[in-house]
Amino acid sequence: MATREDIITRCQALYDDLDFTAARDWKDAKEGRHVIGFMPMYVAREIIHAAGMLPLGILGGGDQLEVIQGDAYYQSYICRIPRSTVELLLTDRLDFVDGMLFPSICDVIRNLSGMWKMLRPEVYSHYFDVPQNYMRDVGGEFYMHELNVLRHDLEKIGDITITDEALKNSIVVYNENRRLTRELYKFRSDTPWLAPSSEVYLINRAGMLIPVEDHNQLIKDYIEAASIEDRPKRDNSRVVVSGSFCEQPPLNLIKSIEMSGCYVVDDDYMLVNRWFTKEVPTDCDPIQALSYTFLEASVKMPSCFEPDEDIKGLYLVDTVRENNAEGVIFAAASFCDPALLERPLLQDVLNDADIPHISFKYAENTGQMQPIREQAGTFADSIKLWS
Amino acid sequence: MSAPVRKPSTDVQKDASMAKQKDMIESNFNRLGNVKNTGEKVSYTFVPGNLNELIMCFDMVGNYPEINAIQNGLRKKSGGMIMEAEKWGHSEDVCTYVKSDIGMMRKGNIGPTGLPIPEPDILMLSYTGCYTFLKWFELLRHEYKCETAMLHVPYTADGVITKSMTDYVVKQLKEEVIPKYEKVSGIKFDIDRLRENMALSAKAEDDFVWVLESAKNKPSPIDAYFGGIYYIGPIFTAFRGTELAVDYYKTLRSEIEERIRKGQGPITPEGEMKTEKYRIVTEGPPNYTSMREFWKMFYDEGAVVVASTYTKVGGTYDYGFRHDPSRPLESLAEYCMHCYTNRNLPERTRMLEGYINDYEADGLLINSIKSCNSFAAGELMMMREVEKRTGKPAAFVETDLVDPRYFSAANVKNRLESYFQMIDQKRRAGV
Repeated sequence: MATREDIITRCQALYDDLDFTAARDWKDAKEGRHVIGFMPMYVAREIIHAAGMLPLGILGGGDQLEVIQGDAYYQSYICRIPRSTVELLLTDRLDFVDGMLFPSICDVIRNLSGMWKMLRPEVYSHYFDVPQNYMRDVGGEFYMHELNVLRHDLEKIGDITITDEALKNSIVVYNENRRLTRELYKFRSDTPWLAPSSEVYLINRAGMLIPVEDHNQLIKDYIEAASIEDRPKRDNSRVVVSGSFCEQPPLNLIKSIEMSGCYVVDDDYMLVNRWFTKEVPTDCDPIQALSYTFLEASVKMPSCFEPDEDIKGLYLVDTVRENNAEGVIFAAASFCDPALLERPLLQDVLNDADIPHISFKYAENTGQMQPIREQAGTFADSIKLWS
Repeated sequence: MSAPVRKPSTDVQKDASMAKQKDMIESNFNRLGNVKNTGEKVSYTFVPGNLNELIMCFDMVGNYPEINAIQNGLRKKSGGMIMEAEKWGHSEDVCTYVKSDIGMMRKGNIGPTGLPIPEPDILMLSYTGCYTFLKWFELLRHEYKCETAMLHVPYTADGVITKSMTDYVVKQLKEEVIPKYEKVSGIKFDIDRLRENMALSAKAEDDFVWVLESAKNKPSPIDAYFGGIYYIGPIFTAFRGTELAVDYYKTLRSEIEERIRKGQGPITPEGEMKTEKYRIVTEGPPNYTSMREFWKMFYDEGAVVVASTYTKVGGTYDYGFRHDPSRPLESLAEYCMHCYTNRNLPERTRMLEGYINDYEADGLLINSIKSCNSFAAGELMMMREVEKRTGKPAAFVETDLVDPRYFSAANVKNRLESYFQMIDQKRRAGV
């Protein structure tokens, strides 16, 4: 059995590798394989998987990538993830990718889809639209069409047919991935001293880079290995981190929050791996199943319209209560429209529920952690002292 | 060295259509300020993808939060409102239209003309080409707890409008938007009334396009950016689909016909522009807090804007779209999808290239807006691509919509002067 340290060492190596060697190796291992990149927040990875292709999560360049060319494409007041993604493209780190998907998360990523078309017209790129109307015969129909467009595009790239059977099999594998991810989150929430956030983060991040079957095994191995270790329990405050669903915080920031006296018991990093709150059914048309599950069982997050004002923002209160959290840290990327526009509304909802919160901004290459530690540390102390 | 920035004169010269436009915009504020007496219901909505013809079917008065922000910006009121919103936790990083609106509300919701802005009976969230719209009306709904109709307009990412996209919008109109308006207004939807409104829209649109394209003349009789902002006012807001708008564009057209006949340039706040030295295409919205100062930097140098993408945010009519009463709901759907910021970057780049060629422009100027990612993300790439395709020089300045903290007059002027010199040099070199 792999030790926890072995697993984390592997995940750290995957995380550090800005050449995506694992995905390149996967592609090279067999002729005719294809890799499809995608950006946050959500794409139907089941369809890519059913095409025999590897979905590859592109979450920017982190704090180790020196962005030189990418900066020439963006003004200073635009977030960092698109510029580091352009840097990855222009430095040929993504030259093995056969297609890119840009979900409808915000205007910056939306416009990046057009830039990609102009920068790499020979490579498939697609804006992956999701419905903001949640009626089955309205948004559901539209989304089924979008899913079928993706299905047909991938069939063309791979010169294959994606059968319903293959789709159902892929749904089963991803249902398992989401179940295991939720199990991992529950494990951390129940025993945060055994599963530090930085490790849980690396496990999830690995899921963006390797085949889902490997990732499923990786999660199982980690839970098994971590649960038998004896690690010291600290007198930390339990917090939820909110607002980091697109541009990712540097790993050091995630560590810093914990080092300052907080156990992170829930977060919204990489929502794609637990986007659905229930299993996608496999006893019906798979495209319809993906569509209706999206309409009716998606996680709540700022890029999706909430039709019901009465429950707007309550998802955050719910997760605080379900995880016995004592406060919320709003950590949003600078210039992130979805997170920053949503924040005052969520703060209002938390105030009504008497849940303390703090907020700060970061960039994926933020290097100075002392202010974060001081702020998070003071927050943790204030919870212990006053809540 | 750049010449010092001179303040514009306080005596403003306006032609008849400008005065008429001003009266029209003011009349809508008066109508809004008077709903307590008239009992009219109020619908808030946005400029891109606005459904004025439909809203009028329910006898509702439209309030346009972007227009409020613009008018507050022009009157130098927006800065305080933005800071008020920031005091309430709104980030310095996000859209200043939103913060101006929220700040105005927090300060008692007195509109730019001094009359109260009534609370909405319905928020028409036409999610067209701008992600911020979605959050903006969620924030307003949180404050007002009122009915909200969501219309998700798919982005034309591949440069085409598919049947699935149109069907999706039409279904939302039928199943979400119209039923909510019927409920709030108590008025049954009458499709023939919608057709009548749309027929009036199409009439005004014909004249509006003629006005925009009059800039192909040399000298151009209009400024299609600073002047264009006046021209788009009625058709982008509460007047599209009315006789008033038809009449306004007729008046405007005849004024411009007269200017062409006389070989006159555009009317600026300091009178007719006598010499046209530079013909410029602009991308991006203007700055409103120092608009006259900004405009003056152009007309002092003899620069006229002959085409702008900003005047297409409320519809790309010059690309052929007209509201079509024979297929009203489908046509409304197509209208929304055609709006400029709902078009993908390759399309937007092609439009700019086309404007430079069709209007025989000397170059492209991008006014990149700090708080508008929908416009701004990708503009640097568009600039380089347009330069490459047309061989014409481009320049890039950065300001904001209504936040006075982001308008640095000296920097902008310096850059513009350098740009005009660059055009001169290119001319001398025969490029």
